[in-house]
Amino acid sequence: MSVLAHESDEDLPAWSLPATAGDSIRLPSSWPERVTREWAWGGATGAGVRVCVLDSGVELDHPLIGPIQRSVAVTKEGDEVVVADDDSGDLCGHGTACAGIIRAFAPECEITSVRVLGAGYTGSAAVLLGGLEWAINEGFDIVNMSLSTTKKQYVDRLHELADSAYFKRTMLVASAHNMPVESFPWRFAAVVSVGSHESPDPYVFYANPNPPVEFFARGLNVEIAWLGGETITATGNSFATPHVAGLSALIMSKHPELTPFQLKSVLHLTATNVGGGE
Amino acid sequence: MTDLRAAVAAGVMGADHAYRELLQATVEVARAIFKAKASSVFLLDEETDELVFEAVAGEGAETLVGQRFPSSTGVAGWVLVTRQPLVVDDLTKDTRFSREAAESTGYVPRGIMAVPLLAEDKVLGVLEVLDRPQDSAFTLAEMDLLGLFGNQAAIALELLQRARRARAALDGESELARFAARLEDAPDETRAAGLELLRSLERLLG
Repeated sequence: MSVLAHESDEDLPAWSLPATAGDSIRLPSSWPERVTREWAWGGATGAGVRVCVLDSGVELDHPLIGPIQRSVAVTKEGDEVVVADDDSGDLCGHGTACAGIIRAFAPECEITSVRVLGAGYTGSAAVLLGGLEWAINEGFDIVNMSLSTTKKQYVDRLHELADSAYFKRTMLVASAHNMPVESFPWRFAAVVSVGSHESPDPYVFYANPNPPVEFFARGLNVEIAWLGGETITATGNSFATPHVAGLSALIMSKHPELTPFQLKSVLHLTATNVGGGE
Repeated sequence: MTDLRAAVAAGVMGADHAYRELLQATVEVARAIFKAKASSVFLLDEETDELVFEAVAGEGAETLVGQRFPSSTGVAGWVLVTRQPLVVDDLTKDTRFSREAAESTGYVPRGIMAVPLLAEDKVLGVLEVLDRPQDSAFTLAEMDLLGLFGNQAAIALELLQRARRARAALDGESELARFAARLEDAPDETRAAGLELLRSLERLLG
């Protein structure tokens, strides 16, 4: 009897593989000899990809973003974390900025806003974790996290969530920190972590040979969507991160079969300092 | 014991003052290095969920210290909740921000650089530098420099908070300090009995 989950009538875990069973899990491969940007996202629009912006909310009908699919707010009521539909938009502008950058890359992707920031500092780490857990259960392809927590008591749970997202095919794209303090989840290997470079070209991004920061994307003097339908210029890893989330949305819309491991490989191979930006 | 208490109190009072000066020096230097109009440090008051102006250099230095606003408002609020440093230009475009800033501080900056002040796993507050000259383009090297100032300010802020907690304890806000003071003022016989009780407690605690 095979123990492979996909061959069995029952949903058994694939803890091991019998010697003769290698062929039975042959995976279709359409990888080209050389992974180029044209192969990775040429002609892609983000259509069919579901992106989650875990942040302060997204302003409704901002001209650079347009309509979004859904908007929820995460709050803490007593000891319980509650996720509910919400139409109050963005409380501080940060999530709107991130959504605008993702939309600029992937005009046809679905965007869902999960508000975990902005309703006061207290309890914010529990709300962040609750929002992330909800997003992973919803099965988004990409989750943009231009934020981090330093609370050590939440690190284990955050680590579990990052690993579970990775195996459920949800790619977490998280802002790295340029300060010598331990913060999370960007340090985890299961996420894509992003720092800033100084080039003004939104398609220039670098694979870092010295992690934990894995990629550098445009983060200096970026024109971002701002509250009231405005735009403004800002700098920070918060804005480099949605560049990689947006590119990931493009890649996933052209190659929906990719796992987070494969998506990260495609990002690596198409990085400016690896594939020469071709 | 009175002497000891007085000595500790004097030390704590002195420390409080010195750490305040260190914090003030940090914002003064940050302002000078970035050639900015102002620089300030905000302390997060976790009990009220507010940010409090703790030190200010330049514009608003006379009036802002002690002023408070909700912890998730403005650029300082972004930085506090996201734990991410941030630089924004042309804030005057945003009428809502301009109005709020003008109402709370009387000064509307064009540009803000801000970093979270982090000590181990706690966020203590935010350091802001307002209106660096806009004729030169901002660089990531400046962002790193801002992070270094943020570290220094976080250390000063943490020391200041510790000194304040120590002073609060000496001021009699803590139960132990209150007992110690009453024991000291008690007649000899009562005091001896009290000390005996304390020794028993000490044995009990091992």
